[in-house]
Amino acid sequence: MLGRLETLCNLSGPSGNEGPVRRYIREYAKQYADETWVDRMGNLYVHKKGSGPKVMVAAHMDEVGMLIWGAMDNGLLIYQQGGIDPRVVVSKRVLVGKNEIPGVIGAKAIHLQSQTDREHALDHTELFIDIGAKDKADVLKYVKPGEGAVFATRFERYGEDHVKSKALDDRVGCAIAMELLKNDYECDFYAAFTVQEEVGIRGAVVTAYNVKPDVALILEGTTANDMPGVESHQHVTRVGNGPALTFMDGGTIVPEKMFNALKKTAREENIPFQLRQGSRGRTDASEIHKSLAGCIAGGISVPCRYIHSPNSIASVSDIENAYKLADAFLRTKKFEEVL
Amino acid sequence: MYDKEMLKHVLSAYGPSGREETASEVIKSYVAPYADEVYNDRLGNLIAVKKGTSGKKIMFSAHMDQIGLCVVDIDEKGFLRVTNVGGVNPIISIAREVVFKNGTRGVTFFETEKGAKETTMATLFVDIGCESYEEAAAKVDIGDMCIFAGNFVEMGNKISSPYMDDRIACAALIEAFRTMKSEHDVYAVFTVQEEVGLRGAGPAAFAIEPDINISCDVCGMGDIPNCVRMSVKLGEGATVKAMDSSVIVPVKVREFLKNAADKRGIKWQNEILRSGGTDTGAAQRAGKGTFSGCVSIPTRYIHAPIETIDVRDYEAAVALLRAAAEEKELPRV
Repeated sequence: MLGRLETLCNLSGPSGNEGPVRRYIREYAKQYADETWVDRMGNLYVHKKGSGPKVMVAAHMDEVGMLIWGAMDNGLLIYQQGGIDPRVVVSKRVLVGKNEIPGVIGAKAIHLQSQTDREHALDHTELFIDIGAKDKADVLKYVKPGEGAVFATRFERYGEDHVKSKALDDRVGCAIAMELLKNDYECDFYAAFTVQEEVGIRGAVVTAYNVKPDVALILEGTTANDMPGVESHQHVTRVGNGPALTFMDGGTIVPEKMFNALKKTAREENIPFQLRQGSRGRTDASEIHKSLAGCIAGGISVPCRYIHSPNSIASVSDIENAYKLADAFLRTKKFEEVL
Repeated sequence: MYDKEMLKHVLSAYGPSGREETASEVIKSYVAPYADEVYNDRLGNLIAVKKGTSGKKIMFSAHMDQIGLCVVDIDEKGFLRVTNVGGVNPIISIAREVVFKNGTRGVTFFETEKGAKETTMATLFVDIGCESYEEAAAKVDIGDMCIFAGNFVEMGNKISSPYMDDRIACAALIEAFRTMKSEHDVYAVFTVQEEVGLRGAGPAAFAIEPDINISCDVCGMGDIPNCVRMSVKLGEGATVKAMDSSVIVPVKVREFLKNAADKRGIKWQNEILRSGGTDTGAAQRAGKGTFSGCVSIPTRYIHAPIETIDVRDYEAAVALLRAAAEEKELPRV
């Protein structure tokens, strides 16, 4: 699973330009699936036919990134972004467009900054991507407005139990869902790999409409704020303490029976877990649970420090335990208990 | 005369957003004897059906969930840290009594290093009288929700209580449902999760596919000292909503409600709610689209545990819901 996670994280898939991720997952999934298809929004479906309730696991393919908006006369690119703190992008390398052209996001050198410049954090509207083009005509030979850009950082193992990468949110979810595809569960099983989650949960709406699931299990990377100076009740999750179970976030209140079924599964299988102690942020569950006549949705998340940055950090054991928990939930048919 | 015992029972039933089961059972006990069918859908919406003969379906909806607090952490001394369930103002949540589903009682206060006015959800806490993490964790778990306690206070024509929003409308729908004689199939839907973003009403309307939905909710007013100007006054009748942040009510639907009221001499007033959405909007956009309108009960101090209504407006709302159900002609495209 870690090898596939590495490949997934290194692929480029900003919201709206998820193609490389989709192609990789689909190619892999074919060997296990009865059918795979892609809808008009770009969501990928993997179906393993079975009897019983329709159970859908979902993970989003897109990562926080940028969308090229236009070019300046001097050859710098203007971008739009979704979910990125402007303070993390300065002096970062990025890969632009289909051809992954290397670029950097620069800022005024320290010598040239006034006192007020230094006290004020630059906003995205004051930052540009530089791919070394000499002027507007030159830059447009390589990059077209509408193409995406992502951080150029690579996946690495860190320490004994950690990984560092861009896009852990939500390639960890994709990697776990891909691993689940190897198994057979006693249900009509779908894995939905969704698009455009980071710009407002847009793909998930359509997946629920297409699959009409009875139960949905969302696999996510979530924020970990276990930092010095932060009080325990503000941590949300802690890296290394196990996969996080959500009772409530900004978009979903997980039904008690679903929340309890996930906790019970973890206890039965001796899988460590923690509760996601925050109520902000949303996942694909927020749209899926209230689609059509409604369905039962819950989530398993992998805590990630420095999420939405070029370098987020997660624990390998949390990732493995998140997989084990999702697998046990499906294997022990807990989806029947929540309906 | 209204059914005061039923109202008090409905007002006091536990049911924060997403955890409405107890409230649902209480409401069910009042509507089941008058319904041909009663069920909960997958999200927990409680749906009571009375069959008619016209082949048309009229849906009424009132949300049964309530705002509250959800435990996110328990400290070593047994204090609970919380987050808001729905639109809770942290400052007016100080010095309140709260109660959990299992009956555990607590009081709220704030970190006094800073002034009360600076209180946020992160600095508000709940004291359940415990002295250690272990003692507190034996009573309350992370993820458990509590609601604000309070009293049912009668003040002339006015009544004050926590959770008029939206149990007063649930009670109005119960009273109307018990007595209405409609030619249409009537669906009384007591929805879930309105307070966290109108999440229950859409799926209910999708499944029912009504010819019209009439929501019943509370709305603000403009008759207290130095408040934001609004034409709605307590005691002047139920309102017919024109607009709120979730919906623009079609003129046909407003006319339908006004005509139904006028025919029976029911007092009504126009309502535009400038901030806040209602199930009206979620139902309107469900499925292939639904005619959707709303009758509101003017309410003072919404989302504080002393929400105050006028009994005469409540009775007007009951009468108007009943009148709408008994109209032969429903609005058509």
